[in-house]
Amino acid sequence: MRVSIITTIAAAVSATALGAAEIAPTAVSFEDGTVSQSLSGVAGDPASGSEIVGSKKLGNCIACHQVSDLADVPFQGEIGPSLDGAGERWTEAELRGIVANAKIMFEDTMMPSFYKTEGFIRPGNAYTGEAADDTFGPLLTAQQIEDVVAYLSTLKE
Amino acid sequence: GSMASGAMADPVDDTLIINEELTIVTRTAAPAHVADVLDEVMSGWLFRGTETRAMQADDFDNPGMIFVEQAEDVWNTADGSEGKSCADCHGASSDMSDVRPTFPKWNDAAEKVFTLEMQINDCRENRMGAEKWKYTGGDIVNMTALLASVSRGKPVNVAIDGPAQSTWEDGKELYYTRTGQLELSCANCHEDSYGKMIRADHLSQGQINGFPTYRLKNTKLNSAHARFKGCVRDTRAETYSPGSPEFVALELYVASRGNGLSVEGPSVRN
Ligand code: HEC
Ligand code: HEC
Ligand code: HEC
Repeated sequence: MRVSIITTIAAAVSATALGAAEIAPTAVSFEDGTVSQSLSGVAGDPASGSEIVGSKKLGNCIACHQVSDLADVPFQGEIGPSLDGAGERWTEAELRGIVANAKIMFEDTMMPSFYKTEGFIRPGNAYTGEAADDTFGPLLTAQQIEDVVAYLSTLKE
Repeated sequence: GSMASGAMADPVDDTLIINEELTIVTRTAAPAHVADVLDEVMSGWLFRGTETRAMQADDFDNPGMIFVEQAEDVWNTADGSEGKSCADCHGASSDMSDVRPTFPKWNDAAEKVFTLEMQINDCRENRMGAEKWKYTGGDIVNMTALLASVSRGKPVNVAIDGPAQSTWEDGKELYYTRTGQLELSCANCHEDSYGKMIRADHLSQGQINGFPTYRLKNTKLNSAHARFKGCVRDTRAETYSPGSPEFVALELYVASRGNGLSVEGPSVRN
């Protein structure tokens, strides 16, 4: 009993212990689809963000969006709008809201929610086709979201 | 919809004529029950590249036809405790040309909707005294390829009313359900976005008039349920199993969206 209480407390404060408060996927506060507070408390790294946007294994944003800045990444999809100029069209808080959970800004959008852990129908264990197990987490971590937002903010036309 | 998008990857304007004699209907007016969401229904053939399309236009170039020949041998070979072949009861495989277009369909004795695979296994178990084939295994997929090949050019015409109606409705529900961590439904990709590229893939309407499909990617014939499984898996979901009631219902519904397109299996896809 005592052990489990200590573990719970330890888990809750572990992000703080690193120096910054990480906001859990279930605790993000949206205002009109935007999120003003950093999810990780650590400034985003645009270089890492560009990697996440282009990588099939990470954000795979390129599956649906074109980004001229990533012209070296082949096979850019056309489901969503081009992200060129996204940093001009949207504020940082708007971009954070869109990447964390686009369905709040754009009702019923096809864009997946990258920082969400609940409310799925038949969630799976990545691309195995098997049911999700206890390793299930959001598509991107808090810091990865911040990195993507930092990268998108650099996209000016 | 993508029809108005003018995207660079719209379906081609081309006609499929097999062996220079059999014209395949690859686009036609949408059947009434999908007319609220689609004007036209289109075969996946229209969304494939020039070489892949050409392979399907000639039986000598269509790798799926080798499996049709293998199934023709099996059709004529006795199996099971009754010592009977398919041909003993059904005659020539070419006499079965009206069958594929109507499956999945209601089976009175079993009181449920049967896919072609279920019907074949029912004959094997209950009429031949032979063992069931694995639902997506080579034997059964080859046999469905034979039964499709003899129906090529005939319009898909599955019944969605009568006793099949509730199964059809279950399938429709599944078609529009956004599954998995990516929360995508069949409709998101194949109704809202066909004609567009999703990464390297050119999205079709996800019709099944061409099944089984010979895929250049895995160099074998693939059944509709195997394809459904792959698509559901790609939504980061826990999939249903091939042959499950869910996929049977989904197959009936998806087949019905293609009513009016010609049967064209075994087709060639990438
Ligand atoms: C499965 C498709 C899909 C994926 C994957 C996807 N998006 Fe989107 N995204 C869309 C669609 C569709 C829209 C348009 C919003 C709507 O539905 O009205 C959109 C909109 C956006 C917008 C606003 C567009 C603008 O400039 O007006 C941004 C920014 C964005 N996405 C970023 C991302 C990022 C970053 C990722 C990856 C981490 C990503 N998207 C992954 C489909 C997708
Ligand atoms: C001993 C007789 C017998 C044998 C052998 C047999 N079948 Fe059948 N088959 C039937 C009968 C009888 C029906 C009609 C059953 C029904 O409607 O429930 C049928 C129905 C079918 C149908 C559906 C036809 C339609 O119009 O709906 C298909 C397809 C079929 N069989 C395929 C096969 C295949 C493939 C084999 C061999 C692997 C086979 N059958 C072997 C007796 C047989
Ligand atoms: C994330 C996008 C996506 C979703 C969701 C999706 N599919 Fe697909 N599907 C594809 C892609 C990509 C292909 C290959 C290109 C094509 O034929 O459209 C494909 C191919 C198919 C094909 C083969 C078509 C042919 O002519 O060979 C069928 C059938 C199909 N899908 C059915 C479904 C069904 C049913 C569902 C829902 C259970 C579904 N798909 C969900 C992306 C998707």
